[in-house]
Parts: sequence; C-alpha cells; structure tokens
Amino acid sequence: MKEHVPHPDLPPPITNVGVIGWLRTKLFSTWLNAGFTLLAAYLIYLTIPPLIDWAFIKADWFGDSREACTSGGACWVFVNVRFDQFMYGLYPAEEYWRINLAFGLLVLLAIPLFIERFHHKGILAAVILFIYPIVAYYLFAGGSFGLEAIDTSRWGGLTLTLVLSGVGIVASLPIGIVLALGRRSKMPIVKSVCVVFIEFWRGVPLITVLFMVSVMLPLFLPEGSHFDKLLRAMIGIVLFQSAYMAEVVRGGLAAIPKGQYEAAEALGLNYWKSIGLIILPQALKLVIPGIVNTFIALFKDTTLVLIIGLFDLLGMVQTAITDSNWLGFSIEGYIFAALIFWIFCFGMSRYSQSLERKLHTGHAR
Amino acid sequence: MSETDNATKGMSISEGVVIEINGMHKWYGEFHVLKDISLKVRKGERIVICGPSGSGKSTMIRCINRLEEHQRGQIIVDGTELTDDIKHIDQVRKEVGMVFQHFNLFPHLTVLENCCLAPIWVRKMPRKEAEEAAMKYLEKVKIPEQAKKYPGQLSGGQQQRVAIARSLCMNPSIMLFDEPTSALDPEMIKEVLDTMVQLAETGMTMLCVTHEMGFAKTVANRVIFMDGGEIIEENEPVAFFNNPQHDRTKLFLSQILTH
Repeated sequence: MKEHVPHPDLPPPITNVGVIGWLRTKLFSTWLNAGFTLLAAYLIYLTIPPLIDWAFIKADWFGDSREACTSGGACWVFVNVRFDQFMYGLYPAEEYWRINLAFGLLVLLAIPLFIERFHHKGILAAVILFIYPIVAYYLFAGGSFGLEAIDTSRWGGLTLTLVLSGVGIVASLPIGIVLALGRRSKMPIVKSVCVVFIEFWRGVPLITVLFMVSVMLPLFLPEGSHFDKLLRAMIGIVLFQSAYMAEVVRGGLAAIPKGQYEAAEALGLNYWKSIGLIILPQALKLVIPGIVNTFIALFKDTTLVLIIGLFDLLGMVQTAITDSNWLGFSIEGYIFAALIFWIFCFGMSRYSQSLERKLHTGHAR
Repeated sequence: MSETDNATKGMSISEGVVIEINGMHKWYGEFHVLKDISLKVRKGERIVICGPSGSGKSTMIRCINRLEEHQRGQIIVDGTELTDDIKHIDQVRKEVGMVFQHFNLFPHLTVLENCCLAPIWVRKMPRKEAEEAAMKYLEKVKIPEQAKKYPGQLSGGQQQRVAIARSLCMNPSIMLFDEPTSALDPEMIKEVLDTMVQLAETGMTMLCVTHEMGFAKTVANRVIFMDGGEIIEENEPVAFFNNPQHDRTKLFLSQILTH
C-alpha cells in the first residue's frame, strides 16, 4: 500500500490576498459594486476638500474681534474668544483654578484604576465615589475654607455639562440596579412600587420632568425655603435616567440562567451575596452596551437644562451666537459644541468596548 | 454542628440517621408532585434514586437543601428541621453539597475562584486558606492544572468535576447529585463517575439521581425507584435489579436495560 504523504501548505492565489485581493473583494467585486465605489469616491471628492478648505486652510484662528476674520473660511476666532465661557460659564475668571483643580484631581485619582498592577482599586473607587464629590462640591461652590462662595446659577459651560452628567451617571446606575432588583422581587409591595416608579418616569419626557422640578416643586415647598435650581435639575435627571437604567439592568438579570441562582443558594450564599457576587457581575457585563448607551443619552440630554435657565455648553454657545458683536458665526459655534460632545460620547463608547473585551471570559451562551 | 439551634437538636430518633423525611408532600400550584415521601438516610449511605422523567426524583432531592420547599410533612437534615426559618435553611445548606445536571459553574470566575467563593463568603475562611483547600480538592478531582482557567475553557466532564470540587470545598457531610452525567458526552461520563466512586470510598453520604445503572450496582447501598411522585420500591442493588417487586419497576428496568 502506498504511504500517505501530507499535502504541503501552498500560498493562496495572488488575486485573493494583498492590496489587489482587498480591492477585488471589497470594492470591485461586481459591476454594480464598482459603480457604487466610484459614486462614493465622487461624493467624498465633492464634500471633503471644500470642508477641509473651509475649516482649516482658509480659516482664521487668532484675534479678538470679528475684524480678524477676513479669509472667508471658518472664523475660529469666535470660539477662541468665547472659549473660557464655553468651558466655565459665568464662573468668575479668577476662580477658574478651582474648577481646573477639581477636574485635575479627578483625572489623577482615576489614572491608577486603569493600571493593571494597582491592587487597591476598590478603596480608590470608594474614595472617588464618596469622598471626591464632597471635595469637588466645596471647590466648586466655595463658601468655606476661605473660598469665595459662588452661586450655582453662575456655573455653566462644559463644567456644568460634566457636573450634571457625572452626577447623573454615578447616581442613576445604583438606583437603576435597585429598581431592577425590586421589579423582579417576589414581594408584591416592593415590586409594585418599583414598577410604578419606572413606568411613571419612563412615560414622561425629560423636558416635562425638568419643568416640574423647577417650576412646580417650589410651589409645594414651604414659603421662603431655598432649594437650589441645579440640585433640582440633578434630582430630576437622576430619577429619569435611573428608570431607563433599571430596564437595561433588568434585561441583563433576565438573561442569567436559573441554575446560577440555584448554585449560589446551594452553596449557602444568601440573597444579597448571590446577587452581588454571582448575578450582578454577569448581568451587568452582558448589558454594558445598553448601560453605556443610556450614559451617552444622559450626557446629551443634559443640554435640556437650558429650558430652565441653566447654561451648559450648548447653552453658552447659544448665548454667544446671539451676541450682536458676533452675529453670523453660529455654524462655528455649533460645530465646536458638536465636536466636544462627540469626543466625550465616542470616548465612552470606546471605553465600553475595551471593557467588554477585558471582561470576556470565553464562555459561550 | 455546634451552631445548630438547640431546639431542633436531637430530633432524629434512630442512631446515625442524617436525613429523615416523614410524610412529605409537595405541590406545584394544583399539581401534586410529591406524595407522602418518607425516607431515612444513615451516615455514609449511598443511595441511587431512579425513575422515569417527571417522577419527582429531582424535586425530592432538591427539597433536601430547600431549593424547593415542601408543603406538608417533615424534613430533618443532620438534626435541623427545614422550615421557613432562614437560619435553619442556611444551617442545612452548609452541610449539604449539590452537583447539578448543567454544572452551574460561575462563568465569570476562574475555576479556583469558583471553589473559594463560598468558603470565603459563607464560612469566613481566610482567602489563602480557602485557596489551599480548593487546590487540594482540585487535585482530588484530578484537574489542579486548570485552576486559573475559566469554566468556558473546559470540557463538560472537567466542568462537572470542578463542580464536585466546588461543593466539597464547603466540607459538606452530605452530597446530592442531580443527574450529574446526563448533560455529558459519552466519553466524559466515565471521568465524572470515577470521581463519584472515589468520593463514595471516602465514606461520604451520597444521594444520586442518575440513570447510570452500572454506578448504582457497584456503589449504591440502596436503590430507590420513584414514579408519579411516590417511592414505589427501595431495595439493595442486587435484589433491586434481579428481583424487582412491582410491575412498574419491572417495566422501567426492562426499558432502560434492554439496549
């Protein structure tokens, strides 16, 4: 009998690999696709070069009044001049360092969380969640430790956007988890309270919520009691978003097989331990895309506080473009605002993807 | 155990009885799943429970660690009666380990973490001690080299052996097996059964719901046959297989042993 000799590995045909292969399979696989490829290339040619020309080549960058804008391109001078207001709102310029210090501190505290070898992540996270907000509050608001008191109505710009969305994100996730657990509870009263809460807040638009907390709530409060407008907006946003978060988390909880609960019970873990150690780590991992989706929506929804007279980044831009000295530069203003929002949202999206990859443990569901 | 509630201590009358079930009934809504079950298991006994699907055999052993609650009758495990009292339930669960058909390992934790979790969080054992104990049991089930892997990276047989090790880490005096080999590929059944045989040799009290009649013949002290929520027949393995008393038992044995 003839002995079997294994067939040697041959290189693939030249038309299937490399640049030619890629072009053939991805761009010009059929006549129709080739047509679309050429059409798309033409559209890109029509739009991108003029955009680059307007935004960079013919743009004006420096100066301090609209007279500096002479080249016919984008007038970034406008953004440049108003930059501080876009970032800090009406916060007094000599106190900007307080905001910078607060955000710098946060970045500094957060860096070790991303270092693999750092082992005290739990403690650090607790510091960020519970101690940092108090420090940041005293830095922002002042009024003690020799810092000048600055009313929250003067907070604005990107600072306000980040404060609102930061508080919203940090507070809505745990509240959402509790609501989701409550909704799946076997106890009828707990369950119905959670269902009513979730369905109520999901059923009303955020604008209505903000109006209610800013206009109606004071009517029910005792005469003369001061209840900060920013705080009211925060509460409204947190309650609203936690209802959405609850439903996202509930989706994750529903995807965990019953056997996981049973195994945890059989090992003697009580309800809270099995939820905290077994169920939630798996459920939250499953719904990372949904959670981040809600975070991104929340981040962008904070712009709605404009209607109750708080000026976030977009609010500041809108005020700036109605300035009679700078009429006609709304496009630059909006592009700048859009770019800032996009950077933050894209950052969140990328972070969620890397988190998903990191937490993947190779189990198929 | 020393923490046992004194009021419930010494309820088992006969010496060495670790599980005592008296006239236990259970309903799922209107459906009467378990009817007047009575069973005594002595320390170190190895009992195989068989019967057609839907006969209530899984439900019965799941009542023993209160994954299912019974509505009438009495279950006493190691001197502790199972009632609504959460303390009693926790007490029983510390003593009773369970292995499931679908392994139910925690997929987000490594094999070692799966094994250490309950000793650390329930028994309050220091992490290092728990890890050493876990490695000892992983060696016993012959997969210490997989300790750092995640369950999703193991074969079914390996996963089931990890599940057995995980239960043993809690140092139980009784082990329940709920069809431990039914979800496995044929070539992996043997490695799990071997582990169970090895466990039986250490004198562990074991209750196994299984269709592995070879295992029943070699390992069991007693075989229990259930049908329609009742215990139809119980006997020593030789007598059970060679001389079944009831027609229902004969039919079942003829169905599973003819192939």
